[in-house]
Amino acid sequence: MTTVAEMPAGFADKVLAAQSTFRSVMDAMARPGTVQRIQAVSGVPAPMMRGAAAIALTLFDQDTPVWLDSRLAATMDVAKWIKFHTSAPVIADPAICAFAVVADAAALPSFEQFAFGSGEYPDRSTTIILQVASLTEGPAYELRGPGIDGATILRAAIGVPDLLDRLALNASLFPRGIDLVLVSGESVVALPRTTRLVAKEG
Amino acid sequence: MNAPTYNFAYLDEQTKRMIRRAILKAIAIPGYQVPFASREMPMPYGWGTGGVQVTAAILGPVDKLKVIDQGSDDTTNAISIRKFFEKTAGVAVTTNTNDATVIQTRHRIPEATLQAHQVLVYQVPIPEPLRFLEPRETETRRMHALGEYGLIHVKLYEDIARFGHIATAYAYPVKVNARYVMDPSPTPKFDNPKMNNSAALQLFGAGREKRIYAIPPYTSVVSLDFEDHPFEPYKHKACCALCNAEDSYLDEIVTDNKGSRMFVCSDTDYCETRQSQGHRGSENAAPYAESANA
Repeated sequence: MTTVAEMPAGFADKVLAAQSTFRSVMDAMARPGTVQRIQAVSGVPAPMMRGAAAIALTLFDQDTPVWLDSRLAATMDVAKWIKFHTSAPVIADPAICAFAVVADAAALPSFEQFAFGSGEYPDRSTTIILQVASLTEGPAYELRGPGIDGATILRAAIGVPDLLDRLALNASLFPRGIDLVLVSGESVVALPRTTRLVAKEG
Repeated sequence: MNAPTYNFAYLDEQTKRMIRRAILKAIAIPGYQVPFASREMPMPYGWGTGGVQVTAAILGPVDKLKVIDQGSDDTTNAISIRKFFEKTAGVAVTTNTNDATVIQTRHRIPEATLQAHQVLVYQVPIPEPLRFLEPRETETRRMHALGEYGLIHVKLYEDIARFGHIATAYAYPVKVNARYVMDPSPTPKFDNPKMNNSAALQLFGAGREKRIYAIPPYTSVVSLDFEDHPFEPYKHKACCALCNAEDSYLDEIVTDNKGSRMFVCSDTDYCETRQSQGHRGSENAAPYAESANA
């Protein structure tokens, strides 16, 4: 059993590390497709990635129910670490979570299992923090939408089966919808619900 | 100079997290007003508490902050907010639009075109564009949910019926990303076109009304109008008396009791930059001083 003393640390400087991490996530959300880097260093409970851990320390607290996928929930280490450092409740029902952290992209549950928000309150929706293999290599996608000047290309090994179908469904629900934050190591790319993806040859 | 008794940028971390989450959702749903738990700030509501909270949540030690009030860096509101962040966050401040990374504004958008590394934070008094047409929050929320904006078009139509043109001169409603009708805060409608397809991220904070909303960069922002009454940005038919600018938004200044007046740029940085480049308006005293030196 992990004791508090053995647990990976949080941010050394909570205030400024959270600020710089937030700015990376905010820039990623405002400019979908751009790869932002997370500078802040913290302890990381396996199999979480550094970027996902930093985002958790920056955005989670007692007001944000968090859902972990089966790979992250396989040991208690991640849930304990999140509870200890952020006080966020780790819950079993994805339908009411503010954040979902997903390590196994291939087993990502369908979007319907998460919170889409309501027509009146589309902000009450799940942000999925999805750990992916790469945000620089892999299939190319053409992205369009707010935050993008015309179109941009993202090469990423996202690994979610029928990703484009899911995102098309997500788009049809607008303003309700799921926002995706892709993390690979310390790199972050956001795909807010307004971004439209098309698979690109080559 | 960092006041030791306050957290960096005044707000506590839990408040910042809450505001940061609201900002992320606001960016993901352009033009939608995200409710947030606005805090009491050490200044009264109406003095930019919403903008201050948004700025405090995003500001970092490497940022350079500019604060403007009606385009001016030198008015009470702008100076006090700038000093507030100098004191509580120790950030560098500037009056130069191009040097700033975060610009907090009340009622103007700078004349200089904003760049991709900049964030514009608006202070908003009434975030709900439908509020004076429908006082019930439950109803306006449903109208936004359904995209039912007939009422605001009727209001603009009534302007035309009464005055022959759309008489709304400030807080002119816009449609963001072809979905949400949004209040651009009481900026003159002269500034509306600058919001469209801007390279900079635009964040809006309403402290008393507890709402945060956003326009991501490169997002369509269309001023509402009619085919036969297209949107027209209003501007005084004059040029700046100090820098001779013809393309800037002008303040009218009454100079005596006999109705004399002059027009000057409302954006002080823009006006000073032009004057330093040698542009001279009709009332500018500088050429005479220079000729006296010669």
